[in-house]
Amino acid sequence: MSTTSTVRSAASVAAGEAAAPIIELRNVSKRFSKKLDFAGKIAQKLGAPVKDETVHAVDGVDLVVRKGEVVGLVGESGCGKSTLGRMVAGIMPASGGEIFWHGRPLNSLSGAEARHAKLQTQMIFQDPYASLNPRMRVADIVGEAPLVHGLTRRAEWDAYVDNQMRRAGLDPAFKRRYPHQFSGGQRQRIGIARALAVQPEFIVCDEAVAALDVSIQAQILNLFMELRQELNLTYLFISHDLGVVEHLSDRVVIMYLGRVVEEAPAEEIFARANHPYTQALLAEVPRIEARKKSFAGIKGEIPSPLAPPPGCHFHPRCPHAFDRCRVERPALKEIAPGHKSACHLNDKVA
Amino acid sequence: MSQTQMQTSSRAAATAAAPTLEVRDLQTHFFTRAGVVKAVDGVSFTVGRGKVLGLVGESGSGKTVTGFSILGLVDAPGRIVGGEILFHGQNLARLKEEEMRQLRGNRIAMIFQDPMMTLNPVLRVDTQMIETVLAHTKVSKEEARQRARDTLGMVGIPSPDERLKSYPHQFSGGMRQRVAIAIALLHRPELIVADEPTTALDVTIQAQILAEVQKLCAETGTAMIWVTHDLSVVAGLADDIAVMYAGRVVERGAVSEVLDQPLHPYTHGLIGSVPSRNKRGEKLRQIPGMTPSLLSLPPGCAFRTRCPRAQEDCARDPALSELLPGRLARCFHPHVATHGSAVQGSVTQGSPA
Repeated sequence: MSTTSTVRSAASVAAGEAAAPIIELRNVSKRFSKKLDFAGKIAQKLGAPVKDETVHAVDGVDLVVRKGEVVGLVGESGCGKSTLGRMVAGIMPASGGEIFWHGRPLNSLSGAEARHAKLQTQMIFQDPYASLNPRMRVADIVGEAPLVHGLTRRAEWDAYVDNQMRRAGLDPAFKRRYPHQFSGGQRQRIGIARALAVQPEFIVCDEAVAALDVSIQAQILNLFMELRQELNLTYLFISHDLGVVEHLSDRVVIMYLGRVVEEAPAEEIFARANHPYTQALLAEVPRIEARKKSFAGIKGEIPSPLAPPPGCHFHPRCPHAFDRCRVERPALKEIAPGHKSACHLNDKVA
Repeated sequence: MSQTQMQTSSRAAATAAAPTLEVRDLQTHFFTRAGVVKAVDGVSFTVGRGKVLGLVGESGSGKTVTGFSILGLVDAPGRIVGGEILFHGQNLARLKEEEMRQLRGNRIAMIFQDPMMTLNPVLRVDTQMIETVLAHTKVSKEEARQRARDTLGMVGIPSPDERLKSYPHQFSGGMRQRVAIAIALLHRPELIVADEPTTALDVTIQAQILAEVQKLCAETGTAMIWVTHDLSVVAGLADDIAVMYAGRVVERGAVSEVLDQPLHPYTHGLIGSVPSRNKRGEKLRQIPGMTPSLLSLPPGCAFRTRCPRAQEDCARDPALSELLPGRLARCFHPHVATHGSAVQGSVTQGSPA
C-alpha cells in the first residue's frame, strides 16, 4: 500500500494540486456476511456444501478527496458506490483498510474530535421522501442538530433556521410545515438545508438529483454549485448519471463491482477514457445530440457480488479480455498524470 | 379463428391508409373532492406503423394518464370526457369494456415502468405467459409454451427454456423488464404504449433494452408510444416527439427538428437544462418555479408564469397551431429568432381556443 500512496503523492505534486486531502481511503473494504442459521449449521456439520455468504460490496478502494474539490463517483447499481459514500460519511464502519480524516486515522480520533469530524461531513440522500422524518416540522428537521451541537442557542434559533432555509432556496414562512406538504424538489432543498445547518466542510451527495425532474434537477445542481462557491464546500458526488457528473465534477472515479476501475480529471475521462468499462459506459449514455442512433450495448449484466468473477471483474463482459484478465486482478495504475486505470491492456501495449 | 382472419383483413385495409393510432383532442379528467383535475386536456397526436413517438413531460404533465387512457385503464374518479382515440379508425374511447378487453394485451399492449406491475410474484413466468397467449388465441398449451419461449429468446433472454420455469424474483431488474416486454409482444401487437420502461434501469442495461425495442419496431412494424421524462432517450430512439405540459401537448414534430430548434419556450427551457447542453461547470440554464397544480392552473397558457417570453396576450389560450411545416406548438411567442421570416405571419394567427 505504501507504494501506491507514494505514487499518488508524486502524481498530485506533478499535477500541481496543493490542497490537502480532507479524506483519504486506503485499501478500504466493506463486507456484508450472512451467517448460517441453525438449519444451515446442522447441514454443514452433516457435510453439506453450505458456507457463510459474504458480499464484498467495496473491495480494496483507494480514494482521496481534497479540499475544495468535487469528486464524481460513478457506477451502476450494485457497484458499491453508495456503501463507499456511507463509509466516507462515517455512517458505516469499514471492515478493512484505513480512513484518514485530515491526515489522521479516523479510528484514532478522540471522542470530541471524532464527533467534530462526523459533523464536518454531511450527507444528502437520494430519496427526499424517505430521508425526512414525516412527523417533524421543517424547522425541527433543519434546526435540531445545530441546537444539540451548540452551533446556535435557543434564543437565536429561529433566525438561524430562517437563514439556513433561505440559503437552500426555501421560504422561511414554510418552516411550520411537514415534509409531505412539499414537492420533491423542495424536499431535496430541505435535505440540503439540514446538511448545511451544522456548517460542514464536506458533503457526500448520494444520487441527490436522481429522483427529480429535469427542470428541478437543474435548479438543485445550480444550488449545489452556488453553495460550493459561497461556503467553500467539498463534494463527493455519487451518481449513475454521467451527464450530471461531467457537468459538476473536477475529478471522476468509476466503480465496477466494488472496485475502482478508473480515475481521472473530468475532461480527461470524457475525452480519453482508458478502461473498457468506462468506454462502454460513455458510449451508451443517451445523449440529446444523438439522432436515431443504434443502441449496441455491452453484453451481459453486472455479475452477482456474491460470486464475482476471478481476476478482473469486468472480463466476462469485456470485448478485449485475454487470459491474464481471467486470473489476475489488475492494479489501479497511473497511465498519464492524474489518470489511473485498472486494466491489463495498458501493460500489453507497453 | 375466423375472427382472427377478419381482424387480419381489416388490418391490412386500414394500414394502407390511416396511421395506427390517432388521438384527437383527448380529455381525461379526474373528479376529486378538491375539484376537477384536468390531467389530460386536449391532447392530439398520431403514430404511424413502425414509428416511435416520444411522449415527453415532467411528473404531473399527464403523459402517463394519456397512455392509460389509450389502454382504457383510467379508473374512477377519472374518466375520458372528450375526444377520440382512433385505433385503425375505431374509436377506443367509445368501446365497451368487453370489446376493449379483446384488444388489450392482444393488438394493443402496455409496458410499465415497474415490471412487477405486470408480473405476478407468486406465479412462474411460464404460467403467466401461457395464460396471456391462451387469453386471445385458441392454441394448445404446448404451442403456447413454444410461443412464450420464442418470445423470451427474441428479447434477448439467454436459455429461455430454463428461465420459463423461474419466478419473477429470480430475475434481475433488467431481465424482469425484458420478461414484461416479452409478455407485451406475445401477440405481436400493432401498438405498444411503453411508460418509462427503462427509467429504473442502469445505463448499460437500458442500452440493451433500447436496442431490442428498436429492432422489434423495425422488424414487426409495431407502432410505439414511448412515455418518458428523459429527452436524451427520446433523442436516440423516437421518430416524432410530443412535449406535454400541464395536461396539454405544447409542441409536436420530428425529433431532430424539435430538439434542434425548439419553438415553445418550455421545450427550449427543458432542453437547456440538460447538463450536457451546458458548458461544463457553468450555471445550468434553469426554468424558474415549478409545475403548477392542475387544480389551480392560471387561465390562458399554463406555462406563462414560468415563461421568460410571456406577454399580456398569453392570458388568452394559445391553440396548437402549425408554426413551421410539420411543426406544431401552442404558443404566441415561440422561439423563431434565427429563422423568423418564414414564421412571423402564422404566429399572430394563433387563435384562442
